[in-house]
This record gives sequence, C-alpha cells and structure tokens, in this order.
Amino acid sequence: MWAYWQSVPAHWREIPARYRLEGGECQDCGYRMIPREDICPKCGSRNVKPINLPRKGNVVNYTVIWNAPRGYEYYTPYVIAIIELEDGTRLTAQLTDVEPSDVKEGMEVEMVLRKTRVSGESGLIAYSYKFRPLIK
Amino acid sequence: MRADRKVGIVGWGVYVPQWRIRSEELARGWGRDWKRYAAGIMVEEKSVPGLDEDTFTIAYEASVNALRRARIDPSKLRAVYVGTESKPYAVKTTATMLIEALGAGGEDRLTTGADYEFACKAGTEAIQSIIGLIGSGMIDYGLAVGADTAQGAPGDALEYTASAGGAAYILGPAEESIAIIEASLSHVTDTPDFWRRQHERYPAHTRAFTGEPAYFKHIMTAAKKLMGLIGTTPDDYDYAIFHQPNGKFPLRVGTRLGFTPDKIKPGLITPYIGNTYSGSALVGLAAVLDQAKPGQKILVVSFGSGAGSDAFHIEVNDKIEEVRDLAPKVMDYVNRKRYVDYTTYARYRRMIRMLHDFSAY
Amino acid sequence: MVYIVGVGLTPVGNHWSKSLRHLAVEASVKALEDYGKDVDYVVVSNMLSGVINGQENLGSYVVSHLGKIGTPAIKVEAAGASGAAASVVAQGLISSGMAERVLVVGVEKMTDYTSLEDTTSALSTAIDSEYEGFPGGTLDAMHALVMREYMKKYGVNREDFSYFPLLMHKNAVDTPHAQLRFKLKPESYMRSPMIAEPITLLDLAPVSDGAAAIVLSKEPDGPNGNAEILSVGHATDTIAIYRRESLTEMPAIRAAFSEALERANIERGSIDLYNIHDYSSVLGYITTEELGLAERGKAPELFKNGGADRDGPTPVNPEGGLKARGNPVGATGVYQIAEAFLQVTGRAEGAQVEGAKTALTLSAGGLASNVIIHLIRGV
Ligand SMILES: [Zn+2]
Repeated sequence: MWAYWQSVPAHWREIPARYRLEGGECQDCGYRMIPREDICPKCGSRNVKPINLPRKGNVVNYTVIWNAPRGYEYYTPYVIAIIELEDGTRLTAQLTDVEPSDVKEGMEVEMVLRKTRVSGESGLIAYSYKFRPLIK
Repeated sequence: MRADRKVGIVGWGVYVPQWRIRSEELARGWGRDWKRYAAGIMVEEKSVPGLDEDTFTIAYEASVNALRRARIDPSKLRAVYVGTESKPYAVKTTATMLIEALGAGGEDRLTTGADYEFACKAGTEAIQSIIGLIGSGMIDYGLAVGADTAQGAPGDALEYTASAGGAAYILGPAEESIAIIEASLSHVTDTPDFWRRQHERYPAHTRAFTGEPAYFKHIMTAAKKLMGLIGTTPDDYDYAIFHQPNGKFPLRVGTRLGFTPDKIKPGLITPYIGNTYSGSALVGLAAVLDQAKPGQKILVVSFGSGAGSDAFHIEVNDKIEEVRDLAPKVMDYVNRKRYVDYTTYARYRRMIRMLHDFSAY
Repeated sequence: MVYIVGVGLTPVGNHWSKSLRHLAVEASVKALEDYGKDVDYVVVSNMLSGVINGQENLGSYVVSHLGKIGTPAIKVEAAGASGAAASVVAQGLISSGMAERVLVVGVEKMTDYTSLEDTTSALSTAIDSEYEGFPGGTLDAMHALVMREYMKKYGVNREDFSYFPLLMHKNAVDTPHAQLRFKLKPESYMRSPMIAEPITLLDLAPVSDGAAAIVLSKEPDGPNGNAEILSVGHATDTIAIYRRESLTEMPAIRAAFSEALERANIERGSIDLYNIHDYSSVLGYITTEELGLAERGKAPELFKNGGADRDGPTPVNPEGGLKARGNPVGATGVYQIAEAFLQVTGRAEGAQVEGAKTALTLSAGGLASNVIIHLIRGV
C-alpha cells in the first residue's frame, strides 16, 4: 500500500521544521505558526518570515494511540499530543520517553529529535521533533 | 602531538537513553548463571536505546547539551565529526544530519562533516582531528561526538555490556576553553580482537585475547608514551579515565599504570550504564568534568579494537564553574531510568522483527 | 429548483465478491430504474479509490462499466463529505443549465486492504498528513482529542458516550441496508477495545463497502416520489485541529446550518429529522449541540432520554448513522441524502419517521473541516 513508504522529497523539504522547529512569524500581526505558511492564517498577510520556535512547552491535550497507521505499528502504545510552546504556538507532536499513563495536561515538555518514520529495513529513516518531559 | 595554537574544550554534553536492563534479567533470558558473570564484568545494568533512538538521536542530544555549555552560536561550528560503530545508515553520514539539525556552518552550511570508525575509539579520533583543524588555524570551533547503540549478539557475553549513549565535545581556542588539551598521542597496531564484518548484525570477538594483547597493551603503551613525552607521572593527575568495556578493566589497567582507584572511579560509568562503545571513555570524561576543579589534571586513554589507543592530557581552568550547570550532567542521565524485561529489550533492539511485508494486505 | 427523483442503495457491509465497479453499477442501475429515465451527467463521489483501490478517473471508470460511454462524468472528493459535495456539484450543473438530470453515485470499497493499519492510514488522509499524520496522528486520534476535551469540559464520563452507539445500533436493526443490524449491550460498549484513548472501537464508525445513488432533476418527475432540495449550507474549518480555537465547538457546522436555514427560509422547528455525520460518538454529540438540539454538554442527556429516538421530538439518524448503517466514506453523504429522500417520500420502511416531510442531512469531511448541510422536503 502507498502508506508503507515515506516519500523522500516530501520529508526532505520539511527538514527545517522537523529538525529545528522552524516555523513562521507574521510580520504584520505577530502570529506564529508551524509549518510556516505563505499567507498568515490570522490576518492574511503575505509577509511571513521563518523563525525558530521555542523548544519547550506544555501538553494541552493528548491521546494514546493503540491502533497505529501503517509504518507506526511497531511503536504502540504511543502518545500524540497538542503542545503549546512557550511563545503560545501550538503543534501536534508525538511524546516520547514517557509512560502513557503518566501524561498529564499541563505537563512541561521539551523538544527532542527522534526516529519518527522508518521505511522498512532498507528505506529512509525520517527523523523529526518529538517532545518528552523535562529532564531537569 | 601538540598543536601550534593551543586548543581546548569549550563545551561538553552527554546523552544516555532512559531504558535499562539488569544483567540478571539478561542472564535469566538465556538461562545463564548470573553470579558467574557478575564478578567478571562488574556491570549491574546497561542502558538500552528506545524504539525511536539511534546514534544520530543520541549524538543530537549530547551535542545540544554541549552547545548549551559552549554558549556559542551553532553556525560557528566548522567541523562536525561523529565517531560510532553503529551508524544509522551504513552509507550516509550521520554528521550531515547532525549538521542540519544543529544548524552548524551557518545558513550555507560551510562545514566539514564525517563519520569516524575505529571501534570504541572513534570519538577520541574525532577529537584529535578537530584539534588539528583548530590548532592549525583552519577553523575556530568544531564538534566531536562519540556515540553508539552497541550491538551484542543475543546470548553472547557482549550482551551484558553493549549499551547506548554518547558524549559530545565542542573544541575551540584555548583562551575560550574550560579545559585545555595540552597533548595527545595515539598508538595503533593490527590486533584483531573484535570486529564486525560488512552486512553482519552483530560483532565477533576473541574473548580472553581482547584483554592482554589488545586492551591492556594499547592503553598502557599510549598512556606511558604520552606521560613520557610531556614528563608527567600518575601522581600529577587528579583523574584518569580509560576505555571501559566493563567495570573491571579500567581499574586494573589504571592500577598497573600506577593510578589509585579514587582517581579512576569518578570517571567510571560503565557499571551503571554498560559500555557505550564510542561514547565510553568520553562519557567518563564528561562525568569528571561535571565535578572537576580549576587547575586539576586529567588523563584520558581510549581504546578501539582492531586496535589502538588515543591518550590525552587535559588541564581544567576556572571557566568550568560558569558552564557546568548549563546542561544535564552524566549522573542526571544515569539516574533517569526505567527498566525493561528481556522481551521488551528484544523488541527495542529489533531482535524481534515485524513482518511488514506480510501484514500489508 | 432541483429535485431528487430516484434512489438506489446497495447494502453497506464487507462485499468481498464485489469491486468498486460492481458496487457503483449496482446502486446506479437501481437509481436509474427507480427514476425510469436517462441522465445526461454522472457525478461520482468517492474518497479513497486512489489510496485503496489504485483507481482514479472514476468518472470514466463508472460510465464505462455502466454502459454510458460518452456521458460526461467526474469524481468529487471532500473526504467524509464527498457524497454531499457531489450533490452540490450536480445541483450546480442543473441550475446553470449544463445538465437537466444528473446521476450522483457515491461508492467506496474499503476492505480491499484487510489490515486496520492500512484502513487507518487511508482514512487519515482526511487530516493534515504532514503535521498531524506524520508524527503518528490518525483521524481517530483527532476525534480522541476532541472527546477528551469534551469529557473534561463538561464532566461527562465514558458511560455517557454509550447512549449514542446504543441508539444507532437500535435504529439500524430496522434499516434494510444497514451494516450492523444488531442491538448493542451497554456492557459491550464499556468493554470495547481502545483505538486512541479515550476513543474505543465502538465509538467509531465501522469499515465499510457500499454504494448509493440518487438522481437529481430540474423537474419533480420521479415516478416513485419527489423531494425538493430546499437549500444547501456549506462551510469549512482548519484541516489541522491544533490550529483551532476550541475543540468542543464546530463553527463550520454552525455556519453551514444558519446558511441552510436562511436560504431555505424555514424555521428550525419544521425539520422533522436529522441525518448527521457521526464518525465518532463525540462528533455526533457536538453536531447535535451545534444544530441546537441540545445545550452544550447536554447531548448525552438528549440521547439517554429518548429525545433523539426515531419517535422522539428530534429524531437523529433513524437509519443508524455512520455508526451502525456503516460508513463507506466517499459514499456516505449520498446514503444520507438518499435516506432523507426515502424518509420525506414515506419510503423508509422500518426506519420511517412518522409523517416526516422535511429532513436535514449533515455531512462532514475530516474533523468537521468541511461541512455540507442539505435541507430536503418531500413534494
Ligand atoms: Zn498575520
């Protein structure tokens, strides 16, 4: 099935966001977003500049995935959360290094870089941000 | 070997995965008498990489921690070398991914990058190369990483020690350093004590032959030659760190060289997390830097099978106090742990593999 | 003015011996026979044929197998709202004079890959694949985030979510074309396996094959009953839910509903039944709240107390909804309009709501990111 392999160019072009949390900041209304949009979703401005988003935030909402999509079945159960970064920017991310039953709303988390999608034994290893509870 | 321009450590950082398996659980998995192993290796438990971790993710977090202490913009890094024997890709450099993730070399990514392999001493090899680049004036800052998710074949003796972790060192001009690397020296021979052939999943080793003619001979030669070169004796050092394939060898080789155990133990981390291979001596050095005082002297001697040793003479200065607490310490990672049983361990190490090709219908 | 003048349904289920083309042809032939005349345009609705069946170009695919080679035909896709979107396109063709009579056929063949991972991946193309799907998120997971938020905000528990599937299953027993025609026991619901906490298997619509067809005409010239499409309301929301202000409100539903009421120029009280898009129990609840059938957070009581029963004051999904009639995604919207058509023409058999004249259908793509409401009245 198509979903078995991660497209290489489709991952490659997202590397700035996936490795470094590069998002966008609207130069007119200040709204921050990930991914960076060409048009600000808040005010419609075309003046959106790249910005590295903060690496810390907290868990706003979460779910524990027991029925994974293709390519993620090896990792169950895993947690998908909506994270609010320190600057208020929200994103959806996987949590890691945490017991699903220990996840709480408001839990402080920090960005780490982890394997997210591995295409079999011979394909691409797609790395991306995940978040984990603060170490200290 | 000494550089024309003095070079030192600007920042250091480590990472160790949180998962642990007890040696006793490994022995239970294979019906072995744990007590027999216990005395021999002095490793209580070892770290295990999580399902989403590999050498790159370990190198990344260790490097982020090193950057926090170095307090430099990552764009100033002009050399990034990753020493490992567990590359995520057999062909495709881990350093390229690390450069991209850190933003090394600035927007144009003007930096050299490569993966180094010399069994467990690839990380110290990377440090030597960067000393050369900075010492010659070619660059100002470079990043050297030693990291591994070491492979121990199921049921093999190596399974009790082969663990995961790594350390990253940002080197720079001596005047900005927290510790100066006064001298370094290497000793290398063709001694086939341990290897992994192309396409093999697990390494082969020669048991007792890995001791005297390999580990002990190379470390002692490199250590003695370095001390001879710069005119020091074991008494001049406050700490000594040796490659630590188990908990016993570093104490034995140190004692033979004339170091007292109290100088070796602060940098002896393998008993808690196992042997992180390319990270082994470098995680030990990080543990020492986590506590070293200005003015103290450190001897580091790595060992890589095949075989060779790199020795370093390092002197700590007073800048270390400013940066020590800017990132998690070795013991923070050592104490952050959750245990897995052998089944979970086997899954995490991908010893149990899912048949995607059959389920995808 | 556009009228619904013919209908044809295949039973929803796991049709191992039928392909995409068999299903589409079966429903189309039934609808054309029901209408008794030919059409001059075919609009196919489908979501996953490219992903699951490796087949696109469904316009020519369907007419080729339907013996209508030469007839203009296209496919319309809007995830779970594909069927309603196809109806919208067909109405446009008729109102603009491009066509006089249009066959709208919705078809989905989901069971050609049998592992849940593949079906989950396919359905999850309805969410943001790069920034929700890639991290490991699924469509079900997005519904789970909404459900957790709903439980927290209104202090409701898992048992409160059982009332929705219990009613859907009860209704489906009387629906000839429904997939899950059996009653659900409350204890079965409570034991249901986790899919994405707190969403369980029995909170979700099943995996389904099926095809439904309707014929739209500019005249009420159907021999077996006619219904007028009073109005359509259509609105969108962000595809990625992490960019939404609230997870327990669905502003696209509100906007589509008020637009539909305004265009039809009718009061909400004149709607006799609601055929809504209940991909999950919580979406079913929030939808009824956005439609004004219950106060916010009170939808569980509506379903518990019989307010949404077939013979209650505001019947919801008298055929069993996505939960129990089944959800052949790209065809579901056509099933909904077809069911509403059967209701307002008195032909809904066991599922019939007594005296129903005006029906609302609401189809939603993604997590209510594309919402289409039809108001339909028997003539
Ligand atoms: Zn803006």
